[in-house]
Amino acid sequence: MRQSLNEGQLGLTKLLKDMGEEVGRILKGCMETLLSLDRTQANFWITEDQKVNDFERQVDDLCVLLIATQQPVAKDLRKIISAMKISTDLERMADLAIDIAKIVRRIDGPLCKPLVDIPQMAEMALGMMRQGLEAYASENMELAHELAELDDQVDRLYKKVVRDLLVIMTEATENLDQGMYLIFVGRYLERFADHATNIGENVIYIATASRQDLNK
Amino acid sequence: MKSLRKSVNWIMLSIFIFATIIALIPLFGVLGYVVEHGFRALSLDFFLNLPKAMGLSGGGMANAIVGTLIMVLIASLIGIPIGILAAIYLTEYDRHSWLSVGVRFATDVLTGIPSIIVGIVIYTAVVLKMGNFSALAGGLALAIIMIPLIIRSTEEMLKLVSHSIREAGYALGISKGKTILRIILPTAAKGIITGAMLAVARVAGETAPLLFTALGNQYWARSLNEPMASLPVQIFQYATSPYKEWHQQAWAGSLVLISLVIILNLSARFAFRSRSN
Amino acid sequence: MGQSLSVRDLEAWYGSNKTLKGITMEIELNHVTAIIGPSGCGKSTFVRCINRMHETMPGTKVKGEIILEGVSIYDRDPVALRKMVGMVFQKPNPFPSMSIYDNVIAGVKLNGMTNKQKLQAIAEKSLRMAALWDEVKDRLNYSGMSLSGGQQQRLCIARALAVEPSVLLMDEPASALDPIATMHIEELVRQLKVNYTILIVTHNMQQAARIADSTAFFLNGELVEHGPTSDIFTNPHDKRTEDYISGRFG
Repeated sequence: MRQSLNEGQLGLTKLLKDMGEEVGRILKGCMETLLSLDRTQANFWITEDQKVNDFERQVDDLCVLLIATQQPVAKDLRKIISAMKISTDLERMADLAIDIAKIVRRIDGPLCKPLVDIPQMAEMALGMMRQGLEAYASENMELAHELAELDDQVDRLYKKVVRDLLVIMTEATENLDQGMYLIFVGRYLERFADHATNIGENVIYIATASRQDLNK
Repeated sequence: MKSLRKSVNWIMLSIFIFATIIALIPLFGVLGYVVEHGFRALSLDFFLNLPKAMGLSGGGMANAIVGTLIMVLIASLIGIPIGILAAIYLTEYDRHSWLSVGVRFATDVLTGIPSIIVGIVIYTAVVLKMGNFSALAGGLALAIIMIPLIIRSTEEMLKLVSHSIREAGYALGISKGKTILRIILPTAAKGIITGAMLAVARVAGETAPLLFTALGNQYWARSLNEPMASLPVQIFQYATSPYKEWHQQAWAGSLVLISLVIILNLSARFAFRSRSN
Repeated sequence: MGQSLSVRDLEAWYGSNKTLKGITMEIELNHVTAIIGPSGCGKSTFVRCINRMHETMPGTKVKGEIILEGVSIYDRDPVALRKMVGMVFQKPNPFPSMSIYDNVIAGVKLNGMTNKQKLQAIAEKSLRMAALWDEVKDRLNYSGMSLSGGQQQRLCIARALAVEPSVLLMDEPASALDPIATMHIEELVRQLKVNYTILIVTHNMQQAARIADSTAFFLNGELVEHGPTSDIFTNPHDKRTEDYISGRFG
């Protein structure tokens, strides 16, 4: 029954997962650029969001088509509406990753400290995105709820990053610029994780038709 | 106010019941009379023997019973196919052609014609031409009475078949003729048969046309080209005679005839009932 | 298999009433094309012209061209044409005097086929295609009227398919059925389009949106718009189309 609708929904899920893959690729690339401080690399990544924007358009078009031709109701409808919102979150996440590459172009000279916590934040945020998309695909509420705790961890790590960088910035004025930019990077990653948590909120909405704030 | 309505209701109901009873009295009266008088005269002799001369007992109406059956059969063999085919033409083919209009008009007129006139016409056209009274002429007269009845009832039954069924047949690439023969007729079959049986029951009791065509016979007819006895005519002749034995025979004959008609009617209705289930 | 079907300047009359005012349309093979429009817009008339059923009503007239498999349908014998173009009607109409089995093979048997094995094979194949085989395989000799409304309609579809047409016309096939039976029919249409070209008239726009590959909107005997269903229902070109599908009509 409702083969067309089922196929459409599977198509949506695949689009979102592919979109997530692409976002992950961009974030990884931008993080590597941060560690290497390679300006040519940074320039490359800054224009790499084409595919993600394309995906977002495809998701929007497919959702509109499914709503117009299949008249979904109840859970089917919530799933489709959520797909549109998730694609927006993913597009913002790609923008945030690219902001990191933009920062690389402003940073002068070698890094003032070896980066440990910031790459750690990136790992965690990327993992959260993957978990959110998995929760959507399998309609798994537990995975979605876990994102709240994971987001807390990312927030705590961000606070540590800020404290550590403030210490370094007060130690020497040459570190002021870099420290500030690195705090920005932390901020971007923290927001990346927030968007990933939104994916989880949408999954809960699909299952329960109510909105819970997982971002605390 | 409520009790006024109730009283009016009760009065009207009583009037209706009363009227119904009055209407049923002749029916049961006739039946009762015939059964009572006819039963007394029934015997095996009645069914097996030929009529005996007046004053003698032990006579029967065997030849009249068989004669009625034979002539009704002839009438059916002629009248039923013609009636059904004509009805098919009227319903399935051009309903406004001059032929259709003509046939419909003729049917309407024929149903109203007194059967004695049919008898006189056949007398002139067949009996005089052939030079003798015959069972064939009798069967022919009965057929002419039957045909309009069968056309009417068959037409009604065919019209009852939903037009959608016809369209389904055509849409499958089945020709019109095959659709009529293999789809529509079978669908209307029970109703058509019922109509035919009722028409048969009707002509089985016709007396006047047979007087001028089959005449009547005290003995067995040896062929269809001879006068033949029939129940209605025999009953008429015996009832109008002065002999008591013959009067009794007339009652017995009436009982047999009425039973035949009732059986045909009930069978027709029974067939009809199981159709609508 | 589907073959080409084109309509050019088709006009049709019921007596003095002109119901089709010049329709030109290409109907795509192995596609489901839905015809939508308000009551009296000519959609049923249009479809009935394609298998020349329109002419079976007295007082009707037709002008224009309909080309099927390279030949005008008016150059063919109507009876032969109707074996190439099957039809399913709004109200299920199995033949009352026949069993389920006889109903399915009616079109084939009454046109001359007598080989019993072939007939049985055709019956099973058609009933399977109509998604009815499992439900009736043990009672093929029961009357066709003993089935539910939805099953009767699938029986009529099987009956139409048994004749192996290339085009299947469906005139509001689900409008007399309950929602579940309707869903069965819709799924069936989806599966059938692989092997047949299907033209479905429906007054239920949502149904057209769900199952049709392309949709044609008729209004007052004219073809207003014809295009892919996704376009018609997300961004129609003509304002009249938009008004109709969004329910803002009169």
